[in-house]
Amino acid sequence: MIQKPADTSAKHDSTHSALGHVVPLWLLSAVFGALLVLTGATVAVAHIDLGNMNLYLALAIAGAKATLVILFFMHLFWDRPFNAMIFIGCLLFVSLFIGIALTDSRVNDASAVGGQGSAMRGVHVPLGGPK
Amino acid sequence: MIAKSQDNDNYLTHSRGISSWIFTLDHKRIGVMYLISVLVAFLLGGLFAMLIRVQLLAPTGLLFHKTEVLKDLVVYKPYNQIFTVHGAVMIFLVLIPGIPGALGNFVLPIMLGAKDVAFPRLNLWSYYFYVCGMLFALSSLVLGAVDTGWTFYTPYSVQTSTAVISVVFGAFLLGFSSIFTGLNFIVTMHKLRPRGMTWFRMPLFCWGLYATALIQILATPVLAITLLLLILERLFHLGIFDPAYGGSALLFQHFFWFYSHPAVYIMILPAMGIMSEVIATFSRREIFGYRFVAMSSIAIALIGFFVWGHHMFPNGQSAPANVIFSGLTVLVAIPSAIKVFNWLATLYKGSIDLKTPMLYALGFFFMFSIGGLTGLPLAILPTNFNAHDTYFVVAHFHYVMFGGALFMFIGGIHYWWPKITGRMYNESLGRLCCLLELLAFNLTFFPQFILGLHGMPRRSAVYSPEFQYLHVLSTIGAFIQMAAFLVIGAYLLHSLFRGKKAPANPWGGSTLEWRCSSPPPHDNFKETPTVGMPYDHHGLKWDEETEGFERKEKELVLHA
Amino acid sequence: MTQLTIPQSPHEHPEHLAHHFESLQQQYDSGKLGIWLFLTTEILMFSGLFCGYAVLRSLHPEIFLYAHRYLSVELGALNTVVLIFSSFTMAWGVRAAQLGQTKLLVRLLTITLVCAFVFLGVKFVEYKNKWEENLLPGKFYHPEEPPPGGEFLKLRGTDSQSVKNDKPADVKPQVTAGAVGERSTIAPAAIGPTGLSEPWLEGKHHGRQSWSGPEPDNVQLFFGIYFAMTGLHGVHVIGGMIVIAWLIGKARKGVFGPDHFAPVDFVGLYWHLVDLVWIFLFPLLYLIS
Repeated sequence: MIQKPADTSAKHDSTHSALGHVVPLWLLSAVFGALLVLTGATVAVAHIDLGNMNLYLALAIAGAKATLVILFFMHLFWDRPFNAMIFIGCLLFVSLFIGIALTDSRVNDASAVGGQGSAMRGVHVPLGGPK
Repeated sequence: MIAKSQDNDNYLTHSRGISSWIFTLDHKRIGVMYLISVLVAFLLGGLFAMLIRVQLLAPTGLLFHKTEVLKDLVVYKPYNQIFTVHGAVMIFLVLIPGIPGALGNFVLPIMLGAKDVAFPRLNLWSYYFYVCGMLFALSSLVLGAVDTGWTFYTPYSVQTSTAVISVVFGAFLLGFSSIFTGLNFIVTMHKLRPRGMTWFRMPLFCWGLYATALIQILATPVLAITLLLLILERLFHLGIFDPAYGGSALLFQHFFWFYSHPAVYIMILPAMGIMSEVIATFSRREIFGYRFVAMSSIAIALIGFFVWGHHMFPNGQSAPANVIFSGLTVLVAIPSAIKVFNWLATLYKGSIDLKTPMLYALGFFFMFSIGGLTGLPLAILPTNFNAHDTYFVVAHFHYVMFGGALFMFIGGIHYWWPKITGRMYNESLGRLCCLLELLAFNLTFFPQFILGLHGMPRRSAVYSPEFQYLHVLSTIGAFIQMAAFLVIGAYLLHSLFRGKKAPANPWGGSTLEWRCSSPPPHDNFKETPTVGMPYDHHGLKWDEETEGFERKEKELVLHA
Repeated sequence: MTQLTIPQSPHEHPEHLAHHFESLQQQYDSGKLGIWLFLTTEILMFSGLFCGYAVLRSLHPEIFLYAHRYLSVELGALNTVVLIFSSFTMAWGVRAAQLGQTKLLVRLLTITLVCAFVFLGVKFVEYKNKWEENLLPGKFYHPEEPPPGGEFLKLRGTDSQSVKNDKPADVKPQVTAGAVGERSTIAPAAIGPTGLSEPWLEGKHHGRQSWSGPEPDNVQLFFGIYFAMTGLHGVHVIGGMIVIAWLIGKARKGVFGPDHFAPVDFVGLYWHLVDLVWIFLFPLLYLIS
């Protein structure tokens, strides 16, 4: 990994600083406005009964807001791709964790409370073990 | 006490006084502090192990007798407390922080030719979190040692009157210690490698630490939230894990094992990294299939995230989940095997030097292979139902974690001891104790496979009389191991005072840490070293005068 | 063949460059990587709570449908707007630091801090309300009033009622040393398959998103999750406030500029994460129907 020599001459124009990209103010304001609009949308949609879709729509809008915050407020749009990869990798692991725990919980049956896993269903072992 | 290396200033003599250690930012000093703390914890965990083995000498229990009777249930509370402390101390205070904290901290920046890790202050905080976590966890010994097993399964961990919150909060703090170390290592390896050291010219110990750090970053936070929720469950009956309040005990197990399975790879991956270093140095060869070994470390780290359910097969997990976890668990054996075969191939036609670290490495082949292979019957569903919660599992994990990870920790300590302390230990004693350890270890744990298959359950203070002879063999082995460890401690301590002064490169290692003096100077290198291929032993010659290996800089083969 | 060596440190040593870094760029890049790694650990920590939420809601949807109406959507929306605004001022503050606009930076950081105070103030009002109404997690749940649109269960089954209000010690576990095929005789907390309560089962056909029926069992689970999630989030807000206050102190001394704005940048990233978590918490807890 060859490092470029550090450029210590500070450039004071509004798009570039010595060390990193500077976000233009109009962009920050636009993103802020968009976030407010989306917040309003999510509250409005919650008052309409769409059944199961309510949850997914709410999550989608939240996802859109999150994307705006991550890309523009958190600078990821202009950042090294590796940092974005870290973040996406993190999300993949989160989905792995929640996904498996959720699907397993839904498939579990009530007798799990009694300690009878579905794999042991129908297996009868006499007390003291098989003779 | 510890001799100066002639007139040279080194990291030990650079500044004096206890506050220069407490507030140090030097990764080498932090590594030494970790090493001392981890070894103290190991002594404590070992003591509790001896109590377990003494208890199990007699079928009705030699030390502890029943304390509670609940209808038809007989509860051996003191024994439950003993094995819980043993497990928690060994896992959270020794194995998880051990190699990364003690050896990784010391060696990694030097191996990279860097002056320090990326965030030295964070490194120090990592150590403080370790100490605080240790204090909280051990305070439970006074407040009411926990009797739930190191796994803290609900609902018992919610109901027991022992000091669960102390231990769990201690483990919570230890988790942060682990996260900070992992974060530091990842950034160090990404940003502080010298020019010329591409990823595939990095030593394999670094690859091992990198893979470990990935797991530390991704898995440990889930442990943190699990423990936090357990504390809230105990205090407020939150209801998420306790069936009596509408929760699910199996959910706790999902949460817990999502961390704790990758955690075992935190324990073994750095040890495998040390294996690569030791095998390369003492065969005087480059590691066969370097890229495969490097990528296998990453593969083990990643696949290790997909298999946590294999701890829960008979616990009520759904059948589809059981099948998926079983298949993926078998898969994780593949990269492990790739590494073992590559190391073997490295030995072939190498110039083998049977020094103490090499003996530990050779022992690892056997210990880890047995441990790994016995994981397969546990991965396969029908055989798992027979072996789950029996001594078969106990023997399996002791072979991989103790015979594998811990042995390589000791081997690594012996390997880098001259570098860290500037002293050589007694080589004959080193070899003798290693062999003794290996034999005694097998005597302790091999009978436990047989015990398990014959039905002896784990975590049980008493047992059926026909198992006694196997338990006696096991306990004899444990006592011999204890003696061997005491001798190891003795000769290592002795070397600090009377050991021969160590040269810069006593073993003929080719990685960068052998280019600086033993002990290293405060800034690691007096002149910046030249980077070549890793494991290039070309030109290393034994110098009678310094009793170490030397190499002329211009003999180093450089590649663009 | 070029000699591959580590470059010597520059002759003039920039003021904010740590001794083990070669250049400001390397130091900045390392810090950025470090803070992103830290953020992933925070996300994974919160993911445990989101997982618990997901499992509980999928197994007991009626609890969420019923209990969320105890929460005030207006206050939640207000908090959302406040946090988003604070994120905006924080991002603007980073820009100000990069451009050396010290006075503006101090003002923006102060506004961010004030927004955080407002957020905590609103949360305090909400928590106080919950405390007064005994809408608390676990065994402390003793509501006196039903939520708007709901009603208390008059015909609650005696089994679940007695189990919920008794301490666990009162429910004696009866362990029978029988054959493996028998079920445990520990009384379950809730009746019905996977804990669904009877009245809910009866009312199923009334539409999933509306709940005008009687109180389901185990409503305290909702408040457990509510307090755990918003509580942990609140702890992170407080942590952020402390660090922002520290930043304000430094900024007033004029420490930050185009060569040294990394602390502002990294604290900003942390603050945006706090905002991100709330962006998901708000619809999941407040906007269920």
